[in-house]
Amino acid sequence: MIKQHVSGTVYGVVLNDHASLRKIGNETLAAAPYKGAPKAPAMYIKPANTRVACGGVVSLPAGTMNVEVGATIGLVIGRAAARLARDNALEAVAGIVLAADLSLPHASYYRPAIREKCFDGALPLCSVKPLVDLANLQLRTEFDGLVVEQRSLADLVRDPAQLLVDVTEFMTLAEGDVLLVGVSYQAPQAATGSQVRISAEGVGSLNFSIAGAQQ
Amino acid sequence: MKRGRIAFQGAIHQVTQAEDGRVRLADGRLLNEADVEWLPPVVPGAVFALGLNYADHAKELAFKAPEVPLAFLKGPNTIVGHRAQTRRPADATYMHYECELAVVIGKTGKNLTKAEAMDIVAGYTVANDYAIRDYLENYYRPNLRVKNRDGCTPLGPWLVDAADVPNPMALKLTTRVNGKTTQQGTTADMIFDIPTLIEYLTSFMTLNPGDIILTGTPEGLADVKAGDVIETEVEGVCCLINTIVDDETYFATV
Repeated sequence: MIKQHVSGTVYGVVLNDHASLRKIGNETLAAAPYKGAPKAPAMYIKPANTRVACGGVVSLPAGTMNVEVGATIGLVIGRAAARLARDNALEAVAGIVLAADLSLPHASYYRPAIREKCFDGALPLCSVKPLVDLANLQLRTEFDGLVVEQRSLADLVRDPAQLLVDVTEFMTLAEGDVLLVGVSYQAPQAATGSQVRISAEGVGSLNFSIAGAQQ
Repeated sequence: MKRGRIAFQGAIHQVTQAEDGRVRLADGRLLNEADVEWLPPVVPGAVFALGLNYADHAKELAFKAPEVPLAFLKGPNTIVGHRAQTRRPADATYMHYECELAVVIGKTGKNLTKAEAMDIVAGYTVANDYAIRDYLENYYRPNLRVKNRDGCTPLGPWLVDAADVPNPMALKLTTRVNGKTTQQGTTADMIFDIPTLIEYLTSFMTLNPGDIILTGTPEGLADVKAGDVIETEVEGVCCLINTIVDDETYFATV
């Protein structure tokens, strides 16, 4: 029995698709401050305060008017998972969630982006669904009914199984934790007042709206 | 009061420190602190850590001091209790400790001013925020492979009530490796003090009971090897002990 809601820690990864790597470009990755393409998954954490259920309203931090909407899929972990092997890595996954990883626009991935990625409400999530074949899953993002991005998980650098292998090489994922499989570099930006919808065939949709500054 | 959590005789207990230093269970039983299985003193919520929050340490790492707090997050997998073992992987060439004052949040807070910030602090404990520099990469640095490894952030043993630490901004920090002092500093040298850190974090996110802020470390880093016993101590708070082990010991079948 899968819990309907996420109870653990949410981990995410950037630069895990070829389109994002092309967009940021080899020259940028080779130069300071990065000095080379990422070797291990380039990870971040979305703490509990960021989670919002489908249908919610997200208020942006004071002084901000736009937010990047990173459509992604979260792997919901069903049992303690450490040092997984590729062959059976997906056995640790109890289900999936559609997720919108919201970020205040930040040009550089050099330093941890706590304010940009961890403000209250920065992770709208749908309820947990059964695991489906993710290899060619298409994610669609709409603002106010207009499609602003379509991406396929076929473009991932590390597919879900490989991502689980490389993350659990050094850290244990616990039951209820979520591993987001990656967001687009410079994902589409929604302005305050926008209605956002993220959908994927067979998984359903996630809806929320962006409101002005908190307080 | 000093409060801790231990596993003993098949159960988890909230304990206090008796006057003679022993561990007191709620029913009055007294145990020696070296004989119990220590858990982190609080079940961790969101765990923040601060990079380069002491000017001397920033200089030691050849960075200029940051203009806004350089905060990063840790998952619960990395937190372990007092007297635990921490693994040094076989391929590591530079693994160092970091003695830090840990601030434990006791109330919910959002949009707090510096003047209000200390009202949500439940108390203090000690953290050892190990880093393995071999795995540093320049993406969301310090990256999780350096700072969020299983068991790489010992915490404890005691949570000391805020009321018992009247001036947390003037506490000596000391690290000893196998009894020899290798790191010394004072919380007075923090670049962003505790009220400033709480004001900063709550300007965009809600802090909740159980959230923990590791406030950074002063200069005095040194490589640690398997078998080393590391004591990280904050004056008036507590002394946290950890032992480094190699892969063979860590993964040994017992």
